[in-house]
Amino acid sequence: MKITVVCGNGLGTSLMMEMSIKNIVKDLGVAAEVDHVDLGSAKGTPSDIFVGTKDIAEQLVAQNVAGKIVSLNNMVDKVAMKERLSVALTELGAL
Amino acid sequence: MLNQLLTPETVQIIESCQDWRDAVAKSCEPLLLSKAIEPSYIDAIYRSHEAIGPYYVVGPGIAMPHARPEDGANRLSLCLTLVKDGVVFDSEGNDPVKLLIVLAATDSNSHIEIISSLAQLFDNDQDVQAIMAANNKEQILSILANY
Repeated sequence: MKITVVCGNGLGTSLMMEMSIKNIVKDLGVAAEVDHVDLGSAKGTPSDIFVGTKDIAEQLVAQNVAGKIVSLNNMVDKVAMKERLSVALTELGAL
Repeated sequence: MLNQLLTPETVQIIESCQDWRDAVAKSCEPLLLSKAIEPSYIDAIYRSHEAIGPYYVVGPGIAMPHARPEDGANRLSLCLTLVKDGVVFDSEGNDPVKLLIVLAATDSNSHIEIISSLAQLFDNDQDVQAIMAANNKEQILSILANY
């Protein structure tokens, strides 16, 4: 299971989200590789799931990335993050 | 850890800002003055915002403006600005933004510990609210000392 967190620049906010997602995935007991990239590199990155905040998620949809897109309202709401990630993981049969 | 980069020179409190551009400019000023960033870094932040929106608004009231190392970052640096009146960033569910923490890094990895400490701070709602209610920088610095 590959999860890629996407940010506008690839060094600040995506890193922060990557850390949160890694913890959530551990909590859920799912074996997943979590990485982060910037928006420009997302299209060329093979991944099962892409995570980003609303602005980024909209761009990912427009770019037609090949993977499930999980959209977040913000980076600090871990509850919502876990919920939305769980939905995507369930759809992919990992949960 | 955060106190290494967030010092009296890089923590400021301002009453208000005209708009998000003004807020970003004012919050980058100390770093510009100390040459931690070039003017091009601020331009890069504006461009990203114009192209994809306020993606750097991290959560309710908190923004972390930043651009890429090659956009004009000279050294790893942080600058915290509290805007007492708050500023609208057009970030649904997160406006008004009161806390701006500008991050500049010279590569994609050296700041991982800083990000980790910031993540822990943002996770602590009590401390975030305390910073937003602060009246002087000493109050803010003493909260930051915990991270």
